[in-house]
This record gives sequence, C-alpha cells and structure tokens, in this order.
Amino acid sequence: MIEKRPLLTVLTHIFLILGVLMVALPIWITFVGSTHEAERMLQKPIPMWPGDQFLNNFNSTFFGAGSHGDSAPVWRMMLNSLVVALMIAGGKIAISIISAFAIVYFKFPFRMGFFWMIFITLMLPVEVRILPTFEVVANLGMIDSYWGLTIPLIASATATFMFRQVFLTIPDEMLESARIDGAGPMRFFWDILLPLSRTNIAAMFVILFIYGWNQYLWPLLITTDSDMTTIVMSIKQMLESAEQTPEWNIIMMTALLAMIPPIFVVVAMQKLFVQGLTETDK
Amino acid sequence: MASITLDNLTKTYGNTEVLHHIEGSINDGEFVVIVGPSGCGKSTLLRMVAGLETVTSGEISIGDKMVNDLEPADRDIAMVFQNYALYPHMTVEQNMGYGLKIRKLPKAEVRQRVEEAADILEIREYLPRKPRQLSGGQRQRVAMGRAIVRDPQVFLFDEPLSNLDAKLRVQMRLEIRKLQRRLGVTAIYVTHDQVEAMTLGDRLMVLNGGYVEQFGTPIELYERPASLFVAGFIGSPAMNFLPASAAAGIVTLENGVALEMDNTADGKTTLGIRPEHLVLSQDGPLRLVVELLEQLGANTLIHGVLEGTDTQVIASMNGVQSIEAGTVLSFDTPTRDLHLFDGDGKRI
Repeated sequence: MIEKRPLLTVLTHIFLILGVLMVALPIWITFVGSTHEAERMLQKPIPMWPGDQFLNNFNSTFFGAGSHGDSAPVWRMMLNSLVVALMIAGGKIAISIISAFAIVYFKFPFRMGFFWMIFITLMLPVEVRILPTFEVVANLGMIDSYWGLTIPLIASATATFMFRQVFLTIPDEMLESARIDGAGPMRFFWDILLPLSRTNIAAMFVILFIYGWNQYLWPLLITTDSDMTTIVMSIKQMLESAEQTPEWNIIMMTALLAMIPPIFVVVAMQKLFVQGLTETDK
Repeated sequence: MASITLDNLTKTYGNTEVLHHIEGSINDGEFVVIVGPSGCGKSTLLRMVAGLETVTSGEISIGDKMVNDLEPADRDIAMVFQNYALYPHMTVEQNMGYGLKIRKLPKAEVRQRVEEAADILEIREYLPRKPRQLSGGQRQRVAMGRAIVRDPQVFLFDEPLSNLDAKLRVQMRLEIRKLQRRLGVTAIYVTHDQVEAMTLGDRLMVLNGGYVEQFGTPIELYERPASLFVAGFIGSPAMNFLPASAAAGIVTLENGVALEMDNTADGKTTLGIRPEHLVLSQDGPLRLVVELLEQLGANTLIHGVLEGTDTQVIASMNGVQSIEAGTVLSFDTPTRDLHLFDGDGKRI
C-alpha cells in the first residue's frame, strides 16, 4: 500500500515503537538483572541500567553449580535441552515425512482411515495422556534418559499433516516422470521429494526445535537426576528453592542463555522458514 | 524401434467403462496422433501404453513383447508431459541424465549422451541452468531432450504443445515432426487440436466417448470421414450438415431440393458438404441466403442459411469478396465431395 499521509505514518510508527518496547522491555530487564550482584537485585527499585557483574554471573551460572549449588551447571542443562530439542525436531520430521509419504503415494487398505487416526491424535497432546505415557516410559526404564525425554513427544500429527499438504502440491507428473525414468519409490523419495520439500522441512525444523526446547511439563516429570534436567524447567526450579531467597542474577542469566539457541535457529533459518511457509508453487 | 499393437483394450474406473475395445496397430517408425475432444479417453489410452494406468482387459504389445504388466521404466518408452514435469531442483543436465543415472550408466557416457541430445535440440548453453530459469519453449525442448537421451523404442507425447503460444506451437510442431523422422522412432502423440493432428500424424486415431471412430491417414479422414463425428471434427471451418431424406439414389433436402447421388441409402440421412467444396454456380441447386461475411484475407467465409430453412451453412470462397447480407447465392458441389450419413451417423 502506497499512501502519502504524514499523520498516518506518524501514528503507525508510534504504534510500532510501542509494540517493540512492550516486547523488548522484559528482555532488557532480564539482561540488566543478569549484570548485577544478587544483593542488588533484592533492593528497591529494581535496576534499569546494566551493572558490572555480567562476566562473574556468567561464569558462576554457566560453569558453576547453579543457584545455591544444588543443580547442574547451566552448560549441562543447555546441552540436555539441545539434545532433546534436536532429537524431537529430527525425530518428528523423519517420522512424519515418512508417514506422509506413505499416505500420499501408496494405495493400501484403510489409507484414509490411518490418516484420520493420525489426525485424531491432535486431540491427545502429552498433557492429556500424561499418566499412561509416564507409566509406559517408566516401565521401559527410560526415566532420566534422552530417550525418555524425547520419544513420547516425537509422534506428530501436525507435521504429518503439513507434509501431506506439501506432497499434494507436487504434481502427479513428477512421480510419473520419475517412474518412466526408472526411479523406485525410495529413490523418488530421496531424489525428488526430499529436495522439493527442503524449505518446508526447514520451516518445520524451526517450529519443532522451539517446541522441543520449550518443553516444560514432560521433562519435569521424567527427570529426577539433576544431570538430566533441561534449562527451561530448571529456571522454574531455581525460583522454588525452598526457604532461600531466589538468586535473581543467576536466574536472569539462565533465562538469557535459554533464549539464545532458539533465536540462533530462527535467525539462521529465517529465509528458508519464510519460503517454506509461503511458497505454494512447486 | 518397434511396432505397437493394441488388442481389444478396455479400461474401466469402478463401474464406468471409459475405453471400449480399442484395436489398432502402429508400424515401426510411424507417427500416430490420437485426437478427440476432452474426456474422450485419449490421454488414458496413452497412459496405458506408458504403463501409468493399468489395463483392465486386452493386450498392449511393444515390439513382440506383451507389456501389460511391465513397469513404465521397463517398457523402453519415453514420455513428454503437457506441463513438462521437469524436476525443479535439478539442472537441465541432471534432468536429462536422471534416467540414465538410475540405470547406472557410467558418468562419462551419461554426459556424452546428454550433450548429444542437447546439440540436436540446440539447448547446450542451458545445460547448467535450472528449469525455472527457462522459457516455456526451452522447457519443452528439455522435456524432449530427456526423452531423446534414453534412446527409447517409442516416444509418447501428451499434449506437449498446449502450454505454448500459437507461434511457438507451430514452430515446435515442425521440429517434433523433423526430430521424429530423423530418429526414426515410433511415436504416439495425443492432442485435441485437429490442425496439430493433421499436420503431424502419419495416421490419426479419432477417439470419441471411448470408441475409435476412425483410424487412418489425414487425407482419408478428410476425404472419407467414417462418421458424422469425424466429419465434423476434421477440417476447419467444420463441415456443413444438412438434414435430408434419401430414396432410390435421390437425396432430398428440407427445402425440397433433390440431388442425385450414387447410393442405395433409404430414409432419414444427413448430407455433409465441406465449406470449401461449395462452388459458386449460376444455377446450382444449393441456394444460400447470406447473413454475414468473415474476411480472412486469403479467403472469405460466407455464413448463411439454406433458402427456405433455418439450417446454418458456411461456404468458403477464395480471395476478398463483397456480398450484401440478404443476397441469395447459388452453389453446386461435385458429387464426389458429397458425404452422406445414416441416422446413426455412420457413413453410407
């Protein structure tokens, strides 16, 4: 839209700036909080400008024994979170792209039945099936392991559905042409389908990585060993350290660190991400 | 190189039979065009030959081999699709060589064959490009190149020119014909465009509603159409159809005009006359009330009605003509250019 109305321009800018401020203020406070000593954070008013303790806080948080010395160092938590997020994103993409492939390109009895069964699981998120799932995982001895943290979260109706839609936009002639060229089903999958879905895979990866990174309830249930905790759940645990004042500087630093990998993933894959969500033509 | 035999082919989808007992044989090196209106089953028939559709009953043979149950890749065919179906993420070179790569030919040989085909089609400079960087005509060439490199026994074309503009279509039509002659490969070509069909085909198979109406050379189809459908489909502008009744070698039109014809037809018939066979003649029996002229430069189409009836008739005359609307013109047609069809639309 091209319009030359100065008042409108000023107004839209005011609203945009207000919006940016509303989003940025909590992050600023988090950053400021991570640069002061613990004592300063308990005094009124809370500081609005950075202090000089950033490196100290970083060292004691990232490598130290954590808040009050009762949790794993944050690098360990970040590693756990990273492994969990990557396994969830990778696993979800691998499984759902293969199921979408089966549903779109193969004719077998009850094909649509299977599709709807997968689709219906959208109504059963982890929170709904949490008790039976916990029991299964516990019986399989997967508590306090990466497998236990990820496998129950891997099956994904959303991603299956999305890949199905992507495959449906690929013209049938592509498959027929590949058949005439002599490509079998798996060859077609690797040589044609995967490269054509590249941007969609990237978009899915960004969404699922953040989904995995932000998991809270399930890791809370399934981990008892502090070496297996993920960073998102441990922030909450730091707040609840019984009968002790929370160390806000450490908590803020942890929160700040927890934000970095998702931001990195989004920024690194932004171009593919936007293409994958908007591109409809194959 | 190979001949193709279609033996009593039938195709059904569910309970609907879409192709009925198709018979025909295509000689080695022949260019056969399957032509018909949309929905007549022509693409289905081609896809059955390609192996992309299953055969309900009957047999397809390529060479001496029955291919009903062979995968498309094992039939030794190559197909050019309407939308080209190039792989968008591969370069032109990879597109053309993909089939050979799958057949595990040595890299050097793949490269050599791709380059040869690219030279034939004059697309060598496009080899490193992606399909999206090419124009429609260039993509068309790549699609043909992909067919050529495989050195197949049979080329199958599924309306390959319908996405091109009119001028390019005429040009590519000639090129396809030349290429097929040069390579001597048997070809089946599907189109709904009768001009394309007439100019390309050694023989035409006219399909209507899943039945073969006629299978013959373009001239046979033009001169002796086997049915009303073929008569109306081949030739432009279309043949005039005049309702008539026949008895004892005399055909009587609606307005009572009687024409002598050498046949034994009896009862309700349809008389067919091509617009270009109506010859102006002082006391010709066919009198036309002119309604409208279409000036095409090289010739003029005269739209009118048969005097005393509502039957629309088109006559084609050479050169530029100036005739007032309402004028009555008399035409004659040599007897050999009269076509008579019975009540079921079959030629008599």
